[in-house]
Amino acid sequence: MSALPTVGSLSMLLPFTLLAPLVAMLLIVFLPKEESKTIKIVAAIGMFVSLALSLYAFYTYDRVLGGMQFTLTIPWIPDLGVSLALGVDGLSLPMLLLTNLIGFSSIYASWNMEKRVKEYFILLLILIAGVMGTFIARDLFIFFLFYEIVVIPIYMMVIIWGSTKRVTKEYAGMKLTIYLLIGSAFLLVAMIALYLAAAANGNPTFIFDELAARQELYSPAFQKVAFALMLFGFGSLISMVPFHSWSPDGYAGAPTAVSMIHAGVLKKIGGYGLIRLGVYVLPLGAQFWAPVIAVLAIGNVLYAGLIALAQKDLKYVVGYSSVSHMGYVLLAIAALNPTSMNGAVAMMFAHGVMAALFFAMIGFMYEKTHTRNITELGGLAHQVPRLAIGFMIAGLASLGLPGTVNFIAEFSIFISTINVYPVLTILGIAGIIFTAVYILRMIANVLFGPRRPEWDHLTDIRGPELVPLVLLGFVIFLGGIFPNILMGMIDTGVTSSGLAKILETVSQAKMGGLF
Amino acid sequence: MHDLFQWAWLIPALPFLSFLLIAFVTKRSKGLSSTISILAILTSLGLAIAIALSIIRAGEEIVEHPAIVNVNWLNIFGLNIDFGTIIDPLSGMMLFVVTLVASMVQIYSLGYMHGDKGWSRYYAYQSLFAGSMLGMVLATNLLQLYIFWELVGLCSYLLIGFWYFKVSAREAAKKAFMTTRVGDFGLLLGMIFLYNKFGTLDFAALAAALNTNFANVAVVGTVGYVTVMAFLIFMGPVGKSGQFPLHVWLPDAMEGPTPVSALIHAATMVVAGVYLVARMYFLFDASPAALQFIGGIGAFTAIFAASIAIAQNDIKRILAYSTLSQLGYMMFALGVGSFSGSMFHLMTHAFFKALMFLGAGSVILAVHHKQDIWDMGGLWKKMPITGWTFFIGVMAISGMPPFAGFFSKDEILANALQNGHPIIYAVGLFTAFLTAFYMCRLFFVVFMGPEKSENHTHESPWSMTIPLIILAFFSVVGGWAALPEHNFAFFVHFGEFEHEAINWTLAGISVIAGLLGIGLAYAIYVKKLISAESIVTRFPRVYKVLRNKYYVDELYLWIIHNVMDGFSKVLYWFDIFVVDGIINGIALITRGSAKTLRLTSTGQVQTYAMVFFFAVVVLFMAFAIGEGQLTALNPLATLGGVK
Repeated sequence: MSALPTVGSLSMLLPFTLLAPLVAMLLIVFLPKEESKTIKIVAAIGMFVSLALSLYAFYTYDRVLGGMQFTLTIPWIPDLGVSLALGVDGLSLPMLLLTNLIGFSSIYASWNMEKRVKEYFILLLILIAGVMGTFIARDLFIFFLFYEIVVIPIYMMVIIWGSTKRVTKEYAGMKLTIYLLIGSAFLLVAMIALYLAAAANGNPTFIFDELAARQELYSPAFQKVAFALMLFGFGSLISMVPFHSWSPDGYAGAPTAVSMIHAGVLKKIGGYGLIRLGVYVLPLGAQFWAPVIAVLAIGNVLYAGLIALAQKDLKYVVGYSSVSHMGYVLLAIAALNPTSMNGAVAMMFAHGVMAALFFAMIGFMYEKTHTRNITELGGLAHQVPRLAIGFMIAGLASLGLPGTVNFIAEFSIFISTINVYPVLTILGIAGIIFTAVYILRMIANVLFGPRRPEWDHLTDIRGPELVPLVLLGFVIFLGGIFPNILMGMIDTGVTSSGLAKILETVSQAKMGGLF
Repeated sequence: MHDLFQWAWLIPALPFLSFLLIAFVTKRSKGLSSTISILAILTSLGLAIAIALSIIRAGEEIVEHPAIVNVNWLNIFGLNIDFGTIIDPLSGMMLFVVTLVASMVQIYSLGYMHGDKGWSRYYAYQSLFAGSMLGMVLATNLLQLYIFWELVGLCSYLLIGFWYFKVSAREAAKKAFMTTRVGDFGLLLGMIFLYNKFGTLDFAALAAALNTNFANVAVVGTVGYVTVMAFLIFMGPVGKSGQFPLHVWLPDAMEGPTPVSALIHAATMVVAGVYLVARMYFLFDASPAALQFIGGIGAFTAIFAASIAIAQNDIKRILAYSTLSQLGYMMFALGVGSFSGSMFHLMTHAFFKALMFLGAGSVILAVHHKQDIWDMGGLWKKMPITGWTFFIGVMAISGMPPFAGFFSKDEILANALQNGHPIIYAVGLFTAFLTAFYMCRLFFVVFMGPEKSENHTHESPWSMTIPLIILAFFSVVGGWAALPEHNFAFFVHFGEFEHEAINWTLAGISVIAGLLGIGLAYAIYVKKLISAESIVTRFPRVYKVLRNKYYVDELYLWIIHNVMDGFSKVLYWFDIFVVDGIINGIALITRGSAKTLRLTSTGQVQTYAMVFFFAVVVLFMAFAIGEGQLTALNPLATLGGVK
């Protein structure tokens, strides 16, 4: 392996995207802590640059060519095969864009933050950069490094800025962190095992594509064990039943921005990892475990969906709903065919935008009314109509209304899993009824009904507070009305990355089967 | 001429544009909002009329070869969906009906919604609805249809809950959405099975695939498979078109503004289900079992809802149950193979039911927002235009010649009998009798009889009466489309066209059934020959059951509140105490062992020294045992490595 950096076209795009929030973070470090306004503006500018660059990447990515683009490879520890390899393809680019959309919005969702502003935004920017890093990493080592970076700010932000309701914020923060760490411990074992197995030909590497290309070095037994470890690690990250219980408590305890980023993108690292590492590198392992994943996935959809019905706290409703929706992602991954992989990535994107919008709106609501209890709220459409519109858009996207990107995702999942797991898919589709019930109940009880004088003093969201609604709402509808913009990109990722080819060998679909 | 058909997409696009304009630009200006909305829908109406005329001029050509335009919408591995427009007589008829009723309703709303705080929001929703409904009509494939189908459902939800500060409106909106969602579950599933089987959702391609493959059992599976898909797809129309057992949402939907009830819950959206069955008739036609089922459900809904309508006192609810009953009519018509009869009735019903709803709105405004028919009375003289037009509507729905309902109802009943469904024919005939009875009951109680002096009524403004007059016109002449050589059935039919003359014997029987109903209502409510109270007291149980709508709502509420919510609470308990309990248990064990271990770190040198000493002893013993040198009891020697 050469010691010189390998440079692709536009290779500095991704480093700049990653560095923009970090530069802003460094600037904030040197700002006096009283300058809270400046701190927020600097953070916003940093994220804006990053968002603009990732949009540019999305726009200029060559869909015909496909594969990893904007690549940059700097050897780091050549003896171990570790290199700082960055790059994006059709699978990771939507996730990168999602991170930036949500990251940018989360800055504005925190616009009214007054408590230890400086520390807050420093940690928030580190968190966003960490998540971004996992998606642009082409190297397993780097991927894991960024993943570990994420844990620290999450823990501190929940403990310091969180809120205590059913459970204390300390409990929530601890639970969230321990789950992340235990998950990552299993991942670490899997990663080392994979690395050692791949290094058997005397040429150690951590690069995803390289690892995937050495299929013949992984025996079926090895794949089964390694995939099981990953399934536990990534599965608990994507809140797969029964490893989901951190998620509702964690979101409820976390401050708005952390809920947005965690539910919106961080837990998607689980799904992304399962595809990028699990299915792509260990297809036989994936094939072995797929039925288990599928059953657990429907557990997610129905079990968490039903529990969401019983919730009184807005964040718990969305928390359980998010667990429920991740079931669709898992079901799609378990179906192991190219269309379902499209659906899985689309669902992660769609759910991310929706959940972030939901949490942003709930955050504002909580800020203004100091309650998240559904029974205490009501008639908010009278006093805060814009907030109500945002809440409603998130709700309608959540129940998969056509016209929103969530419908496209759900539809492509159902259409591609019905062959493979007919009964489970039918149960999954039945889940949309429960979703409709808890979402519509929540909307009715929070937004509609007679005017309540106790909320007359509330001011509607305005100015910077509108950014999450406008940006995320726009993306929800754009993706739903012109689906090719997003789906075309994901499809490129599935078909050109070699994933489709690998799937051919393990595909469980019996095309044209009766049920 | 065909160039015109290329522009059909403009018909839904204009109202959508109007929605965007109102939502983002003119929402603060009431006048501009309503003007934009009405201009858009009137332009669409103009286009729809032009297209309808072109269709009539094109004649056989367009019947055989619909004008279809498609553009790609979604294209990924294994999933390819187009968006497009289809122009054939069926969609042409629907375009005309929807744009006409929508225009009338929007103009009427100028008067009815006068002074409402949500004016711009109202017109934005109206535009969104019109666009979605027209997009649905023009759909060339099932997914496109489903997308707009859900959007009209959304508009229905928004408009039922338009006065969101009313708890009843809020609950009704929620109920409508949830109930139709149950049906949509089946529709979505059926659609996915269809795509899985045939690899396309395009209507034309599906029809062709079904035709060519139908003989080939190996490819299609069996007729059973088609039947399953037909049943699943039919679940959607059951929800949307208020067929039993998912009919419960429609009467509650009357919580919306009355013009909304006229447009969405009488003339257009609720017939979407009928339209879907018609569009996919090639599928249902292939499965006799499915057709039989549709016929049965439709006929049952027709008589079931009509029987409830007799015992209701709210003017809008009577009309709502009447709508359910008439939708049942259209549905069983499709079930018995009366394709053009069903579509014909869809059209005439849209005219006269919208007319009656708008008339009811005019009455409700006149009596200051009272809806109980017994609070009205003697309005005939005070409101001549409303009265006359309402009378035309009542005659039309009662199937009296020469009003529109006579022709369409007659065609359906005649087909039912001729195609060998005597029971359904009898049910339809009896429903016709009931319909005439309860509609005349409504008419006589509201317009005849003594005037209620406290009402201070007067006729509604022109903006409201002109739409009434226009709709009344169509409620008369709409049925005459059955008369010419190239009649309605010539254009809108399924399979081979056979010209059928009106069967005057059967028509006479239907008219007699209608007259009996009218006469009975006249005897009870005008002449008071029979006292309504005495009937009620003689059959108290029957009256109570009818009054309470057969307790279907109560049953559903019980299931939701006890079964579903109960189950949900049990699962939540399980999640907190079992799933989370295990996690917390593991954490506790970890913490517990950590605490025990921490006792060792006391910080006292003496303790450490003691532990150290014992450790050395233990170590020594271990070594000693290991090497079999128990006799050499000299620790120093061992440590020093004497060996």
